[in-house]
Amino acid sequence: MQTLWFLSSRLAKGILVVLAIVVLDFFLIHLAPGDPAAVMAGESGATDEIFLQQLRVKFGLDKPLLTQLGLYLWGVVRLDLGYSYRQQMPVFDLVMDRLPATLILTGAAFVFSLVIGVAMGAWAAANKGRPLDRLITTVSLIFYATPLFWMALMSVLVFSVWLDWLPGFGFEEVGGHENFLERVLDVSRHLVLPAVTLGLFFTAVYVRMTRSSMIETARMDFVKTARAKGLTERVILRRHVLRNAVLPVVTLAGLQAGQMVGGAVMTETVFAWPGIGRLMYEALLQRDYNLLLGVFLVSAAMVVVFNILTDWVYRLVDPRIEVAV
Amino acid sequence: MSDPVLTVTELAIELPAGADRLFAVEGVSFEIRAGETLAIVGESGSGKSMSANAVMGLLPPGTRVAQGIAKLDGVDLFHLDDAGMRAIRGRRIGMIFQEPMTALDPLMRVGEQIAEVFEAHDVLTPVERKARALALLTEVGLPEPERAIHAYPFQLSGGQRQRVMIAMALALDPVLLIADEPTTALDVTTQAQILKLIKELQVKHGTAVMFITHDFGVVADIADRVVVMRQGKVVETGTAAAVLGDPQHDYTKALIAAIPTGHPAAAPPSEPRARDVVLEVEGLTKTYVTSGGFMRPARVVHAVKSVSFDLARGETLGVVGESGSGKSSLGRCLVRLIDPEAGSIKIEGAETMGQSVGQMRIWRRRMQMVFQDPYGSLNPRTRVGRIVAEGPIAAGVPVKEALAKAAELLSMVGLDASAVDRFPHEFSGGQRQRIGIARALALDPRIIIADEAVSALDVSIQAQVLRLLADLKARLDLALIFITHDLRVAATICDKVAVMQRGEIVEMGPVAEVFGDPKHEYTRKLIAAIPGRSESGPLGRVRAAGA
Repeated sequence: MQTLWFLSSRLAKGILVVLAIVVLDFFLIHLAPGDPAAVMAGESGATDEIFLQQLRVKFGLDKPLLTQLGLYLWGVVRLDLGYSYRQQMPVFDLVMDRLPATLILTGAAFVFSLVIGVAMGAWAAANKGRPLDRLITTVSLIFYATPLFWMALMSVLVFSVWLDWLPGFGFEEVGGHENFLERVLDVSRHLVLPAVTLGLFFTAVYVRMTRSSMIETARMDFVKTARAKGLTERVILRRHVLRNAVLPVVTLAGLQAGQMVGGAVMTETVFAWPGIGRLMYEALLQRDYNLLLGVFLVSAAMVVVFNILTDWVYRLVDPRIEVAV
Repeated sequence: MSDPVLTVTELAIELPAGADRLFAVEGVSFEIRAGETLAIVGESGSGKSMSANAVMGLLPPGTRVAQGIAKLDGVDLFHLDDAGMRAIRGRRIGMIFQEPMTALDPLMRVGEQIAEVFEAHDVLTPVERKARALALLTEVGLPEPERAIHAYPFQLSGGQRQRVMIAMALALDPVLLIADEPTTALDVTTQAQILKLIKELQVKHGTAVMFITHDFGVVADIADRVVVMRQGKVVETGTAAAVLGDPQHDYTKALIAAIPTGHPAAAPPSEPRARDVVLEVEGLTKTYVTSGGFMRPARVVHAVKSVSFDLARGETLGVVGESGSGKSSLGRCLVRLIDPEAGSIKIEGAETMGQSVGQMRIWRRRMQMVFQDPYGSLNPRTRVGRIVAEGPIAAGVPVKEALAKAAELLSMVGLDASAVDRFPHEFSGGQRQRIGIARALALDPRIIIADEAVSALDVSIQAQVLRLLADLKARLDLALIFITHDLRVAATICDKVAVMQRGEIVEMGPVAEVFGDPKHEYTRKLIAAIPGRSESGPLGRVRAAGA
């Protein structure tokens, strides 16, 4: 009951946040010089004012800005995100078509980075000061410092071009699959490189965070209490130290999840992954206002959802927190 | 007489290289018999906790037992392997610690934490473990044990958590209980209850108790025999009556002499003179309202509830009470670190309530605070001179002049003038508290508010800082508000005391009156709970002899 109340009230707040972001985005986009009509007219070689004006009327760009905003918001409420004249499709359909791919990519990268990051961090902390600890922290520092796009290119080069172990681009093989299972396997194979590349940077963050948090927690009084009970070091580490140490990591992961959506733009572009990140990239180049706004809206919504999930998970793992409703 | 449960012979614990001495503990020997309580007394750094940790096999990293034998029922503890030692911990030796707030895992239910002891030693089935946990919670006197077993530590008070710790330590009926300052962090009344509980359980189970404390009052209440330690060595040992009643070693004598006696300072206020009132407080009120959540009513906490008093130059007002009584909130309201919502605070006749932030900055100079924690209240990255001079500099005094005055103030509080260029970490707790006092004096205040200013200090250091405060008060003609949970300290230094309970002053008057003839029930309860209070006990006799 309380959880339901928590989720619904957070969701209501989240929707307000998303709407505010939409309004902000709307004005920011219109601040930039040039409009889609000019770009389209330029591409078709016809630059006379009358044609431009016709285009503007067609797209509704001739109306006052506030009216345009009002119309847009009214559309958003009805889940109508407008029409992309570049792609000749409703924006909502375009975004929904691409969303699953992005969710799969960021979801996989998120799980990968969190699981590997916490495990490696815990392992390093348990071996604090030994060579293994130094190895893990150094490697994670290297991943942390390497630009994402370079890592992406190198992983394609090594695992796809040289070793030919994994496909280097795309979502799946063209030409259909025998059955569902085969398709899952195929997508998974395609997923490995982009997900790992996107995840590694975040893994590095979690490794360092988990490690320092564990070392700090291990000095706490209750760990001494656990020793005084006669528990083995393994049990103490797993049950008392790790559980307490992972709390700040959860907070961080919630914040990073939003960043991950941003990181997906780069990754999707390099790996030709058909997600909304790439859609955003294309819309940006083409001045496709409606599409751009649609993508912004969806990514903002994703960040909000991730945040709500984090708070909810936090409530589950830490009994002391009664997140302000 | 029965054989000793624990015999420690010639124990030496090596400190890591670079420490201030080679051994934390050297040549320490003692023994404890079943049903007996041995108090190990000493100030911080005396090695008393180290000795206990060595017996428990829980020495901090970097330190090790260099020499000595510890035999528990004939088993040589220092030559056991990890598994052997684990089998002893929790089963043969139980341990409780000083900080009940941090000694329990915050994420685990209390019942599970107790059941873990059985699990660690692989006794009982999970269902039986739960039943035993419940029985134990009942035995240690936790209210509503059926509910408490499902509670998380944060839902319990400090005293309740310490009861849980005791339940855990005694779960497997160990032959030895090590209690490392188990009541230091608790209020007097809770302390008295916990001491009583330990005593009762000890009698019931015949457990040997090794009780580590710095408080001779507690020793007088609980110990059969005493070991006094100083800088890693045993300086005196004997029965409690002998050590307290007729201490042989100078250090023991000094320690016992340093205990605030609970009697008003001998010298009465010199000559009666017109009271020059510097502070008038009336109807001061601060209420906290926790925002009620869904299906949860809002809770109203009266931190300070219509508190009124006045204070004249040269007077010391003690504010005493247990944690949560609002005494610290009162101090903070006075200097406006928190904003009271009603009432009047007049400094030298001028109203300060309802003034702007800018005007408040001027009034704040008149009233300065000395805080409890000598470690947390000084910025570790700032040189001491700068810390002391910061207030005057902010008030517009030229930097050079302010620093020169800082040096003067530091020597006034008994520190070397070279302290100006050093950092806080180079000083001991007592010295840091002197820096805190110098900082408070830098703005030429009329009123000093000392919030538990000596609570974190060892008794001998405590006595020095109290003397310094009294001396400064007389020399600078200050008014002093002394907030403390320690009634003995309050009795030593204050002219009048205010006893606070739930935000209200329930009793106020001259020290001798309030403590000598308490009118309010709560005051009587507080006084009754002071450890080592009984005049017929060994400590009482010492005092009588000394007086």
